[in-house]
Amino acid sequence: MTFSSVLDQKEMRQTYADTIRELAKEDDRVIALEADLSSAMSTSRLESELPGQYVNVGIMEANMMGLAAGLSVVGRKPFIHSFGQFVTRRAFDQLFVSLGYAKLNAVIVGSDAGVTAEHNGGTHMTFEDIGLVREIPNAQVYEASDSNQLKYLLKKAYKEGGLHYIRTIRKQSINLYDENESFEKAKVLRTGKDVTIVASGIMVGESLKAAAKLAQIGIDATVIDMFSIKPLDIETLIEAAKKTGAVVTAENHNVNGGLGSAVAEVLSEHYPVPLYRVGVRERFGQVGKTEYLKTVYGLDAQTIVREVERVIERK
Amino acid sequence: MQATQTDLQVYANQIRYYTLKELQELGFGHYGGSLSIVEVLAVLYGKHINIEPNDAENPDRDYFVLSKGHGGPALYATLFLKKFISEETLYSLNQNGTTLPSHPDRNLTPGVEMTTGSLGQGISAATGIAFGNKLDGRANYTYAIVGDGELNEGQCWEAFQFAAHHQLENLVVFIDDNKKQLDGLTIDIMNPFDFVEKMKAFGFAAERVDGSNVEEIDAAVERAKQRTGKPTAIILDTTKGQGVPYLEQKADNHHIRPSAEDNNAINKALEELEKALQGGQNQ
Repeated sequence: MTFSSVLDQKEMRQTYADTIRELAKEDDRVIALEADLSSAMSTSRLESELPGQYVNVGIMEANMMGLAAGLSVVGRKPFIHSFGQFVTRRAFDQLFVSLGYAKLNAVIVGSDAGVTAEHNGGTHMTFEDIGLVREIPNAQVYEASDSNQLKYLLKKAYKEGGLHYIRTIRKQSINLYDENESFEKAKVLRTGKDVTIVASGIMVGESLKAAAKLAQIGIDATVIDMFSIKPLDIETLIEAAKKTGAVVTAENHNVNGGLGSAVAEVLSEHYPVPLYRVGVRERFGQVGKTEYLKTVYGLDAQTIVREVERVIERK
Repeated sequence: MQATQTDLQVYANQIRYYTLKELQELGFGHYGGSLSIVEVLAVLYGKHINIEPNDAENPDRDYFVLSKGHGGPALYATLFLKKFISEETLYSLNQNGTTLPSHPDRNLTPGVEMTTGSLGQGISAATGIAFGNKLDGRANYTYAIVGDGELNEGQCWEAFQFAAHHQLENLVVFIDDNKKQLDGLTIDIMNPFDFVEKMKAFGFAAERVDGSNVEEIDAAVERAKQRTGKPTAIILDTTKGQGVPYLEQKADNHHIRPSAEDNNAINKALEELEKALQGGQNQ
């Protein structure tokens, strides 16, 4: 696959709202919960369209987790949305105990991933949500990289039950996949022999850009969209590590606890190869446009290229 | 379900007896806050909650959530009397590998509807249960007990706002006002002011009753069941260690590891309860 910067037709939030509508019409147990961010997530219309299957709980994320737990006890299938930091770090004990430890069903969707929180700034910019939820036993953790993938992940989570966390941006992603693409395994978007770049979310596009630049200087990169951070597709990862002998991870998240950590853990245990992690290091968020913040935090193709060059020297 | 007041008093004493025996078997635990909810458990499980072990998954059952999870031992004694668990299981409280942990766990203990113990969370789940049942048009009730100290947690007040906004008349919340939290008197640590007025201000129907009097509690539940359009809060005027004068007077009675003196007094209370229960059975 060559890099294309064509955007998805739909914003991710519209895909979320449409998928909830579709699932809710098929199954009256489905219920969507919002905490006063329905207009930000394009779900406002669901209230009138889906009576008894949508509730705006007001600004109370901790209670929203508990409500979802209670709804799950009586057989409902709750979908919870708020900005990523509100459904993870703000309500973490509720997420951990009332849903995780109690082994109840819920799909938690955290939007405005990392730097895409833009002008909401440091209070709203989460670089730690994946790390937090990854610590909850049996919770599954995903980061959607495009609209069709988000739709697939929402349906998969609904079907499987249990506790799922899906991280997403709200606006348009670059289009990576066709509508009927299947996501049973990590997606190998480009196959090269010299290095493997493992990315998720908005960093998949940056990785493809980096791979194109690397090709110009004679470095042939494999690019993997590792949208499932837990469980991690160990098989695909190790196979690529064996073929290329060096790995760079790229995430719109703290390098501690997120995708980079997950990949490093697996490779250290099963197939150690030289590895560098592109991501946020010991920093809080701040206001700014996504493209600006990508540069500030080193979440861009240029940084990936630099880390690839460094990692290859260690082979 | 029919139960006379005398039956409910006897039932309360049975729950108290087995709560104490269970804790004595272990040798430590949350005596104070378990004993203060004995009467309300007797009223709920002796008369109002329509749940039986052989039909425990019936979606039309009433639900009970012990939001103040540290009262678990009293709930376990009740679930033993309701034949959800065996006597052997009852005495396994907090033993290695037990199915009866300090705080109730829905995945371990039959009859426990919700995992609680992290204070403030159970009441949110109870509210979600009541909301879901109301949306689905079920006629059942959800009962929850919160502690007076637990109401320090802001999450409880989030849940109350939600319950009142959605007019959950199928939710009955008991506040166990035993006036003490772990570190001392609630009035010294975080003044609760007037729970009745606070709950009314939050949109509940609220009243205060003697939480050691099964008749008063029962009458308040009956009134709650007649109500429409708003949830009910029943503030239980209780005493930590309720029904065991020695424990009621003990200063630090939230969590006790009984001394030899404590054990003498508790065992004496157990003997008296046993005598009273035998007398009651002979009537």
